[in-house]
Amino acid sequence: MTIRNTRTITPELVEEHGLTTEEYDQIVVLTGREPSYTELGIWSAMWNEHCSYKSSKKWLKTLPTEGPQVVLGPGENAGVVDIGDGDVVVFKMESHNHPSYIEPYQGAATGMGGILRDVFTMGARPIAAMNALRFGSPDHPKTRHLVSGVVSGIGGYGNSFGVPTVGGEVNFHARYNDNILVNAFAAGIAKADAIFLSEAKGVGLPVVYLGAKTGRDGVGGATMASAEFDENIEEKRPTVQVGDPFTEKCLLEACLELMKTGAVIAIQDMGAAGLTCSAVEMGAKGGLGVELNLDLVPCREDNMTAYEMMLSESQERMLMVLDPDKEKAAEAIFIKWGLDFAIVGKTTDDLRFRVLHQGDEVANLPIKELGDEAPEYDRPYIVPGKHSDLTADMVEDVKDYNKALKTLLNSPDICSRRWVWEQYDTLIQGNTLQIPGGDAGIVRIENEDGETTGKALAFACDVTPRYCEADAFEGGKQAVAEVYRNLTAVGAQPLASTDNLNFGNPEKPEIMGSFVKAIEGIGEAVLALDMPIVSGNVSLYNETKGQAILPTPTIGGVGLIPDSSKCATIGGANSGDVLFLIGIEAEHLGQSLYLRECLDLEEGPPPPVDLLTEKARGDFVRAAIRSGYVSACHDISDGGLAVALAEIAIASDKGANIDITSDFPHAALFGEDQARYILAVNADYADMFAANSEGSGVSFTRLGQVAGDRLIIGDYISLSVQEMKQLHESWFPEFMAEAT
Amino acid sequence: MKTSINQFPGSNRDRDMIAAITKISGATPQSVWHSETELPKSDLIIIPGGFSYGDYLRSGAIAARAPIMDAVRSAADAGIMVLGVCNGFQILTEAGLLPGALMRNAGLKFVCKQVNLKVENNRTNFTHRYEQNQIIPCPVAHHDGNYFADSETLNKIESEGQVVFRYTPDTNPNGSINDIAGIINEAGNVLGLMPHPENLIEADHGGDEGKYLFESALHPMLDTAA
Repeated sequence: MTIRNTRTITPELVEEHGLTTEEYDQIVVLTGREPSYTELGIWSAMWNEHCSYKSSKKWLKTLPTEGPQVVLGPGENAGVVDIGDGDVVVFKMESHNHPSYIEPYQGAATGMGGILRDVFTMGARPIAAMNALRFGSPDHPKTRHLVSGVVSGIGGYGNSFGVPTVGGEVNFHARYNDNILVNAFAAGIAKADAIFLSEAKGVGLPVVYLGAKTGRDGVGGATMASAEFDENIEEKRPTVQVGDPFTEKCLLEACLELMKTGAVIAIQDMGAAGLTCSAVEMGAKGGLGVELNLDLVPCREDNMTAYEMMLSESQERMLMVLDPDKEKAAEAIFIKWGLDFAIVGKTTDDLRFRVLHQGDEVANLPIKELGDEAPEYDRPYIVPGKHSDLTADMVEDVKDYNKALKTLLNSPDICSRRWVWEQYDTLIQGNTLQIPGGDAGIVRIENEDGETTGKALAFACDVTPRYCEADAFEGGKQAVAEVYRNLTAVGAQPLASTDNLNFGNPEKPEIMGSFVKAIEGIGEAVLALDMPIVSGNVSLYNETKGQAILPTPTIGGVGLIPDSSKCATIGGANSGDVLFLIGIEAEHLGQSLYLRECLDLEEGPPPPVDLLTEKARGDFVRAAIRSGYVSACHDISDGGLAVALAEIAIASDKGANIDITSDFPHAALFGEDQARYILAVNADYADMFAANSEGSGVSFTRLGQVAGDRLIIGDYISLSVQEMKQLHESWFPEFMAEAT
Repeated sequence: MKTSINQFPGSNRDRDMIAAITKISGATPQSVWHSETELPKSDLIIIPGGFSYGDYLRSGAIAARAPIMDAVRSAADAGIMVLGVCNGFQILTEAGLLPGALMRNAGLKFVCKQVNLKVENNRTNFTHRYEQNQIIPCPVAHHDGNYFADSETLNKIESEGQVVFRYTPDTNPNGSINDIAGIINEAGNVLGLMPHPENLIEADHGGDEGKYLFESALHPMLDTAA
């Protein structure tokens, strides 16, 4: 049966494809005529915000992306960073926000699938995953359903695929009520001399389709993800893809096996905009044309049109350019793993992207223009105003600090996330040294023979959206600084980072303004802390009915621990250890969780980040951990000193006697001033540690000692570890168990 | 002592198992692909964890019917030791090599956490290096670990010492009947358990209590040859 490919291009159809009149006019010029329906689909797939970064490109270019440790920065499927001994870590974070709101299980599952594919497409075996999740208010009727679906979707995919989840974040805020965020991170290990790229090389070589068959799922997904939601969102469910982790696991093993044979010249996974985007990228990057014959594409549904095949986002698919001499060996590997293998086209020298279907040429477009010459906008922006100062004396002191600490430990943003991460396999591969619940996840590095190398990598992802909302510049800096601190707190040297920038509609100048300022803050921080951005993803149009999310530039970071016998964890404190505060007494309560949870206020500026201080204190803490006498370490963030001490006490199952007095106890206990850590130091080394701090010029305070089974902080707080643990652990399961 | 590890598409703790056996025995085990019909000479056959064929039907149901499983069945009949962990345990019950079934966890969710196990029977070739009634920590990571058997079968395995590992009652993660975590066949050469001893064999794992299961199996005390 012949499938028709004719549909008249009308202004309405152009608009449905998310293209402006100006963009369409440019498309007509570049095509040299009116595009066919399939061609319009291809243009829109390549030129939507999600694939083209047309609103963000100008600003992304300003981010520091280089350093001696960087092997490959942004532009490929994932960033590549040197970790010594010929090994590299390959990592990236990516959002799957819109699909996860529409269909939480599959949306989150395929988000995992996509990021894992990005990593193994480059020849790296995934060794760690994290996820940063933002949900609406706990009171919102959909929140439980979304939490439940997203968490089981991530688990369902990652557990079956076989990668340990070692960290992440979960936040709740009403501004995510109709637009949740699912940011997935994955990292893998490869050899520096065996990295695979998407750039096609050589004319007349076979373009090979691998993996799962093509269906109608996800058609137009990337275009959907580049628009705001409205009340007709339910109609968008068919644009969400369906994940198959089993096929992905087979695809991983088949790809890694195939890469060893030397047959792979170029490889690109089919993610957003599927066949279109992968083929165009391979050709455009390599300066080659690509010809595809859709009659050869393995399909799982009958009578698919060229348009559908080109825009399908069916999962677990790869496109490769193969060495023709090794085609047979390649096919045998894919047959062994039960995957489809089909030669669907060839590279050409004419820089055209040509698509054949049932004997017709359904598309013939200039490949460079599709890929590289997508529009780039300099969107107008307004720098958001700043909050006036909010000093400690202006903030109500609740006086009952026991009650305040109990409220915070039992609050949605501070309580234990055990309910979430016990649904993820955190131990598979047998190399996890720190599961979620610590400052950073830690994974041992093995050599090719499966022997441990003594080295380990640490992983953390962070952003504090309420800070970004109040001051995008400081918030951007703080996101990087917190990743830096979390990696440092386990003894790791931060190496590089990936950014996942989630914002509202960039066509609104105030949204664009917070985007610009956040990037500025991130850029300044990654430069100062030497954590260049090596990969990333931008998710815009996170708005529903005109209400934007909080600005949420999630930062994922990777750090190196040269000797894994010398790292610190939050739960290692021993009775008798001396507790030190690195940093000064807190005084900043603006945008703190004390303000929000105890006083029901969200006001003031966020705590400022002094990057030089961050670096100095971080270097000191790391050196102390590596010298071996730090038994526990934790950075101070949400909830301030009191919450950090409580978290150490809970994780270590030990009490502490802390001797502090303050003129503003509410600020000293709960202020969220930056660049601060708590360290538990073996008592025999405490004086030496104090002398070292003094000698290094790092501010410190001897807080007290690990002892007993109560956390006693001066005259302010006295709570049993047991009670704190119960409060900390109970919020999440109780919330999820409540009938809706 | 030759060890074979059966690999199915979707196996994912095969690498953990290979690493554990290599570290404990000093020799790399032989990997056997699911489509094989013969096993290499083996003294211990291990079916590792994972999601064989995606586990989209009942967990382990398709793998139990894979070509290699006839060879495993013959080996088991001949008294060769067979160990199934997690998905391996599910496959052994689906293959009829062990009694009972593993249903969806009572909490309906995947669960990965540390539990405590009581060694109920240390007079087996898989457990002789533990003390009788010893309590050991061990991680679990599964969605379908809720062991069930009819009362007749249950009475039999309970009375004949076939329940080898039991969750301590406060740590049963999945609703298994009688807190059963691992069972052995009547002949004493086929063991299945849901927890992952291969993820608890060295200090970096937070303990090495899992190692003794492999050390036991690699140095069998009893002759189970048929």
